[in-house]
Amino acid sequence: MSEQQQDFKESALVRFLRATEVDTRLLGMIGALLLIWIGFHLYGHFVNGYGAFLTPRNLWNLSVQTSSIAVMATGMVLVIVTRHIDLSVGSLLGFTAMIMGVVQVWILPEFLGLGHPMIWVITAMVGITCGALIGAFQGALIAYLNIPAFIVTLGGLLIWRGASYLLARGETIAPVDQTFSLIGGGPYGTIGATGSWIFGALVCVAIIALLISGRKQRLKFGFPTRPMWAELLIGGIGTGIVIGSVMVMNAYPWPKGIIKRYAAANNMEVADVGVVSHGFAIPILIAIAVGIAMTFLATRTRFGRYVFAIGGNPEAAELAGINTKKMTMLIFALMGALTGIAAVIASARLKSATLALGQFDELYVIAAAVIGGTSFAGGIGTIYGAILGALVMQSLQSGMVLIGFDAAIQQMVVGCVLVIAVFLDNLYRRKSV
Amino acid sequence: MDTTQNTPTAPLVEMKDISISFGGVHAVDKASCELYPGEVVGLLGHNGAGKSTLIKILSGAYTRDSGTIFIDGKEATITNPRHAKEFGIETIYQTLALADNVDAAANLYLGREILTRWGTLDDSAMEAETRKVMNRLNPNFTRFKDPVKQLSGGQRQSVAIARAIHFNARILIMDEPTAALGPAETEQVGQLIHQLKADGIGIFLISHDIHDVFDLADRVVVMKNGAVVGSAKTGDVTKDEVLGMIILGKCPPGATPGPGASTEDH
Repeated sequence: MSEQQQDFKESALVRFLRATEVDTRLLGMIGALLLIWIGFHLYGHFVNGYGAFLTPRNLWNLSVQTSSIAVMATGMVLVIVTRHIDLSVGSLLGFTAMIMGVVQVWILPEFLGLGHPMIWVITAMVGITCGALIGAFQGALIAYLNIPAFIVTLGGLLIWRGASYLLARGETIAPVDQTFSLIGGGPYGTIGATGSWIFGALVCVAIIALLISGRKQRLKFGFPTRPMWAELLIGGIGTGIVIGSVMVMNAYPWPKGIIKRYAAANNMEVADVGVVSHGFAIPILIAIAVGIAMTFLATRTRFGRYVFAIGGNPEAAELAGINTKKMTMLIFALMGALTGIAAVIASARLKSATLALGQFDELYVIAAAVIGGTSFAGGIGTIYGAILGALVMQSLQSGMVLIGFDAAIQQMVVGCVLVIAVFLDNLYRRKSV
Repeated sequence: MDTTQNTPTAPLVEMKDISISFGGVHAVDKASCELYPGEVVGLLGHNGAGKSTLIKILSGAYTRDSGTIFIDGKEATITNPRHAKEFGIETIYQTLALADNVDAAANLYLGREILTRWGTLDDSAMEAETRKVMNRLNPNFTRFKDPVKQLSGGQRQSVAIARAIHFNARILIMDEPTAALGPAETEQVGQLIHQLKADGIGIFLISHDIHDVFDLADRVVVMKNGAVVGSAKTGDVTKDEVLGMIILGKCPPGATPGPGASTEDH
């Protein structure tokens, strides 16, 4: 291709992308997400006579449903980036949820009394710690005994599911602690309208602060900076999305039944309670916090740098003096801890620990990471991509439920989307390199 | 410059009777060699002669089965690359050993990142330092933001070289340093070696091609089938004689024979 043609090809869009330094893959994913959302809404609107997708209620539910998978997907990115895989997360989620069920329903009330305020804290700590220890154990087998991750975690998939059956003799453990169940969302497990506005404002301030400090840092070292209009545009879109999502979450009011129950519990008239907004649900706040922490870990710390270096060239990383075995163990321990957090969310949402909890989650988690641009060849992947990937998967699922596809077709569609997503990703990569 | 090699200072590195085998194959068999400050030693031999393996033992990539390594006359324990780096041993591997998916700065500082006072990566500082180093080494290098996978062979080589010399190396190992380079870049590497030698750094130059190293090296050590054929000052032997050492294992009169020298002519 001659230079002239290349100049000609450098269209307004390319110049725009370069100025804003926006990842084209991110744009593609957001585009796909919008397409899914609008597509399902319009399908519902024209075929079923009611577009149920783009309603505050559905979007709120979507946010809650995505949380548990999104939390695990952030860890799966690091696992896949280092050329491993973790097939055990679904079973591990079930097992840690069962441990937490036993701890908070069978054990702690005996010592602390039912409904003690510390029960949920101890339970969650136990769950997350167990997850981390089991993850570390699996990681140690992979790193120090050189057993392939596929085999170790395939074994884990069977072992931990069996272990959770043994632990509770196959029973469903319910109901979980009252405070604990708030972590799963539900009308009470939200931060309300005012809380959501405060949260939104904090996030907006953080976005602006990050943009300003990034620019200062670049100026300090004399690196090229984004043009001012691009900075303003990014800041505007970022804060706009935050404010928009606060408004959507607040636009979903408590259903009448909940208001009646709340009024009865607090000796109030239904009319006095008025309209109560849900606002952000606690699980989505946890997922956002995990996403931010994991992004920080992956991009700003030594640990994250080593993860990507190992993924790019394991031998080079070893020769550069990185303790790759220890890193492998730590990555799987982290994956286990995140699975523990996801187990807290999932069992709190269900208000019980059941034997089937987390079944097939490993597949959705891996799919989320892969749809989010994590490459099985290693070394490539982003945390935000995996979270968006989880949102895409969940949007597809709940969208198909809303428009009344039956379960068989749902599975087939999800499978097709996964394969097509990886194909498109390959195309994108071949073009960009 | 040349005074350093004539004065009887203690060797910077002395490897004594190093052996390692992989599944019954003696890759290196009782090999010994030494390196003095400011000296360039060419380690020669065919592919599979054991030179890369010997040097990987020094750089910590492999752990020897037997033998001793002395650094500054003191016995040194080197069982992984971190140990080697603590002794000031830096290596430019034949494969370059770069993490292809990250940029030049990340590779330069891999394992030795600059941190901010909060313990996070200081990418700006690392990039600024990398720009300085690369400007000295290869002024044409401008692609600081790209993953090194997208760079040319010469550019990748300069990243690997920059990484090795940026951290005050005392002992530099270069495994086939010019194999992937064009004539101009090879010339650059030659100049760099002279400059490093002047700074008192000891350099092992590994090659299977005698022409690459004969003019740069003060001394050559030749290996064949895992054993040292002999060593000689480049002034005392001809290229043909060294070729004879590489191919036939025949030690010429100007060289000091090692355990791998063929005995037929003696």
